[in-house]
Amino acid sequence: MIKSSQVRFIQGNEACAEAAIAAGCRFFAGYPITPSTEIMEKMCKLLPSVNGHFMQMEDEIASISSVIGASWAGAKAMTATSGPGFSLMQEGIGYAAMTETPIVIVDVQRSGPSTGQATLVGQGDIMQARFGSHGDYEIIAVAPSTAQEMFDLTVDAFNLAETYRVPVIVLSDAMVGQNRERVTLRRDREIKIVDRKTPIGGEELFFGGDEIPPMPKFGDGFFVHITGSTHRADGIREETTVDVHEKLVTRLCAKIEKNKEKIVKFEEHFTEDADILVIGYGATARPSLGGVVTARERGIPAGFFRPVTIWPSPEKKLEELLEHAKTIILCECSLRGYKPEIERIAKRKAKIIHFPKIGGTVHTSTEVFNMIQRCI
Amino acid sequence: MASVSELRNKYLRNLPTRFCPGCGNGIVLGAFIRAVDELRLKPKDMLMCSGIGCSSWTISPYFHADTLHTLHGRPIAFATGAKIVNPNLKVVVFSGDGDLASIGGNHLIHGARRNMDMTVICINNFNYGMTGGQVSPTTPLNSKTTTTPLGTNEKPFDISELVVAAGASYVARWTTYHARQLTKSIKKGMENRGFSFIEVLSQCPTYYGRLNRFKDAAEILNWFKENSTMEKEAEGKIFVGEFIDR
Repeated sequence: MIKSSQVRFIQGNEACAEAAIAAGCRFFAGYPITPSTEIMEKMCKLLPSVNGHFMQMEDEIASISSVIGASWAGAKAMTATSGPGFSLMQEGIGYAAMTETPIVIVDVQRSGPSTGQATLVGQGDIMQARFGSHGDYEIIAVAPSTAQEMFDLTVDAFNLAETYRVPVIVLSDAMVGQNRERVTLRRDREIKIVDRKTPIGGEELFFGGDEIPPMPKFGDGFFVHITGSTHRADGIREETTVDVHEKLVTRLCAKIEKNKEKIVKFEEHFTEDADILVIGYGATARPSLGGVVTARERGIPAGFFRPVTIWPSPEKKLEELLEHAKTIILCECSLRGYKPEIERIAKRKAKIIHFPKIGGTVHTSTEVFNMIQRCI
Repeated sequence: MASVSELRNKYLRNLPTRFCPGCGNGIVLGAFIRAVDELRLKPKDMLMCSGIGCSSWTISPYFHADTLHTLHGRPIAFATGAKIVNPNLKVVVFSGDGDLASIGGNHLIHGARRNMDMTVICINNFNYGMTGGQVSPTTPLNSKTTTTPLGTNEKPFDISELVVAAGASYVARWTTYHARQLTKSIKKGMENRGFSFIEVLSQCPTYYGRLNRFKDAAEILNWFKENSTMEKEAEGKIFVGEFIDR
């Protein structure tokens, strides 16, 4: 347990585990997979000292399943994975969304598809994070770009999960997760911690009524019924009634959609008068900013924009910036990545230059600068 | 002994059941409720977990406790997380042959290997009932299902033997014909501190029964009676009773 603020030279993955503990996580289940295993190892080390529980499960499906079970038993719970493990967890993410279970999933992205480049950076899970499970649902995904943010955004992820009763994905990558950097492990009173709304008693509804209903825990005598089938506000399965499904799923999506402005976070530099907007996130954030700084030094009106919440996307802010900027350079380690979303927001008002870099490496600032120069 | 209506009012949510006429789930639920009543367990302290399939609907949502109706094959994994966080919960998993022995086979053997403190009740009706009668890992050799119209040529799992080998501390098998013995085994399973597995061979007159020329549910019950034995080495018969109690 972090008693007082400490500065350490650690991996992003270790910072993530420290943050989870600080945010109140008391259950972790996982399965070894590169490049996220350090999170699991660190959680195994830290959890016993705070009376928490650690489980290495038989696979990623079991990991996310037990995390959901643990959350309903009253613990803040997390799992961490990468690549194929994240694919295996998709059904569980859909279940957590449908049953409004607050959980945190850390996806330290690696280069795919399939086993791909298991040890190297990739950003190909952007769309899977939001659309990977079947049916209509909404999740929240945040993308840290430094080891410090692996700490800060993991705390945020727990708070968002508890606030909105939704699975939250920390969409990191091999570069951010495994880089060693200086990280301030913030002490408890320096960080805001949010706990889920719990029922007081009486005839309360746990799956309807309020936009975000209170959540009971097992053993408290609420006789709660939880199901991934379409259910009424009292939790009882009623899967063939049009109204019941419509009401439930509309609310599940709306609770994120309506609160978008409260959830969304972004970072921007030199954007006010920027004609060229360089977008980078996660591993590509720093080289993108580096390229922009060089461009500014040479008098080129370039700006840097970084979505911190990938889902929901910072749509409103980006639209604002596109009033002025007419060219977007999107730097990412994927041939598809965030491109469809940026294209959707830009609505052909700006020229989008997609600048992917795949193969397990990240752009250099010089490469980004050269690309900016070519766009003048 | 409490009457059926007393038990029903005490332990069940007041909802219409959705099972086919002759389904074995009611017998298993009855045996389970009697075990809970005889053990004087408080439903408040119980967590009922189930997967996907007819068997999983037996307690979800009917049994009036905390009920967690999970994903296909995963109830043991969900239950593991809940049990670890709150060890005071009396955790019971209701599931079927497809859920436990096919899609969730990995969680079953690992739950047993860890000897996780929970009671798993497997209603084995030899086929996938909810989807209309397809072959399952426990469909007897040469039986007909909608996906083995000429009879299955794959050897079935003996789930109980599998779970014994995997490390469970209490394993018993009965059929829906043996309702009283079943109650006793469920009681023993729930009192065992560790992984208890109780397999119940059950009738699915709608699909498995119809496709394999059983006239009705009673005929399958009779078949259970005539083809089961408590003698361990009996040839050509299904062993019922306790496999292990350690």
